[in-house]
Amino acid sequence: MLARPGLPDFEYLKAESPQEVFNLLKDKGPDLKLMMGGTDLFVQMRDRDSGPGTLLDIKGLPGMQEIEFGKTVGLTLGAAVTLNQISAHKDIRKYYPVLCQAADTVGNYQLRNRATLGGNICNASPSADMAPALLIYDAELILESPGGERQLPVAEFWVGPGKIALKEDEYLKAIHFPPPPEGAVGQYYKLGRSKMGDLAIVGVGMLGYPDPETPAGLRFKIGINSTAPTPYRVPAVEDYLAQHSLSDDVLSQAAEDAMDISAPIEDIRATALYQKKMVRNLTKKGLKEIWGSLK
Amino acid sequence: MENHAITLIVNGQEEALLVPSNMTLLHALRDGLGLTGTKNGCEAGECGACTVLVDGEPVNSCLVLAVELDGREITTIEGLSSNGKLTPLQQAFADLNAVQCGYCTPGMLMAGTALLRRNPNPTVEDIQKALVGNLCRCTGYQRIIDAIMEASRNGGTR
Repeated sequence: MLARPGLPDFEYLKAESPQEVFNLLKDKGPDLKLMMGGTDLFVQMRDRDSGPGTLLDIKGLPGMQEIEFGKTVGLTLGAAVTLNQISAHKDIRKYYPVLCQAADTVGNYQLRNRATLGGNICNASPSADMAPALLIYDAELILESPGGERQLPVAEFWVGPGKIALKEDEYLKAIHFPPPPEGAVGQYYKLGRSKMGDLAIVGVGMLGYPDPETPAGLRFKIGINSTAPTPYRVPAVEDYLAQHSLSDDVLSQAAEDAMDISAPIEDIRATALYQKKMVRNLTKKGLKEIWGSLK
Repeated sequence: MENHAITLIVNGQEEALLVPSNMTLLHALRDGLGLTGTKNGCEAGECGACTVLVDGEPVNSCLVLAVELDGREITTIEGLSSNGKLTPLQQAFADLNAVQCGYCTPGMLMAGTALLRRNPNPTVEDIQKALVGNLCRCTGYQRIIDAIMEASRNGGTR
């Protein structure tokens, strides 16, 4: 006996080559859904009468699970690299620590053995935990189509809740990160209903690094989730911080500005007002801590 | 829908199965192979009652399709003890009363087994983090944590 109706009927296919993916995308159109870890997709499909007619599993394609790192070239992660692989990787932990911190807050350990970075990106949840880290490390998505590859900054990929700028003949192949700024310090600040295992009510990813060109002597990059239709950077706040000699007042003003930019909706997890105030508080906390460790 | 012919190596034994695309590993184990030790809880990857090991790593069997795992090694709660001899972790759960209603216990044991294999000397915090995805509504977790600590002193998983 099934406790719940379970997953609706679909045909499962496993892609062996990019060409096979392109052919099937062309033949089946919107009736085909690409899948990798399935941890979000299956939950979305469950208990519905119908869903995509075909699931095409692309995590086994060549290169999809590879991790490449070089100090001068940066980091390239195959789209199907799992969150636990990210968390356990020594170079990622050293050079892109916010990616690991964010990965460690997603769901639970079992889930992260299946959940992939590419899936988290393509699912396009406004509250995606990996999003702030992707934004502050300037992630570029490598999209593969019959015409070849194109690169797109991750911020341009998210169009709305669950909506992405993936063309109908494309799939997400890899995510590239340039080398992080010299001397960078970063942190992911996540507020959930519990300390671990829950979705973000607000998440703020922050990176600070020395920059002698600025009056502040350093620069910040700030990425925020859960408080707008898509995760977002706050360049106006980042510029304000760079252009001012830092003080407690300047940090407070920056946090207020971040709060003003945020545009959350009332939802089951929190009121909009609470989320806005938490954007301010987490931003302030982060700026203080990171400034402190860079001083 | 077409059925897929797959082979799973379950608790060391090769099992040939015919599974529809939408059958999860959880249902293949319970309904296909009669291995009902793996429990069906939330079917959403939150409660961990369905935790099994795939190639030694814990996963929520409710969120994996059986067809995805052709040729892979699965360990379920039925595969932990050998010849009636419990693992140190199972023994510690029994000795320290880390079980009340028992529904979460198979998942706890699988997650705990995986933890001790990757980290034979965990701290309490390591254990708490490893069990974020395993809900227990009876014990309050303390005895489960105690049992995993006890097992780590007694040779871990074997």
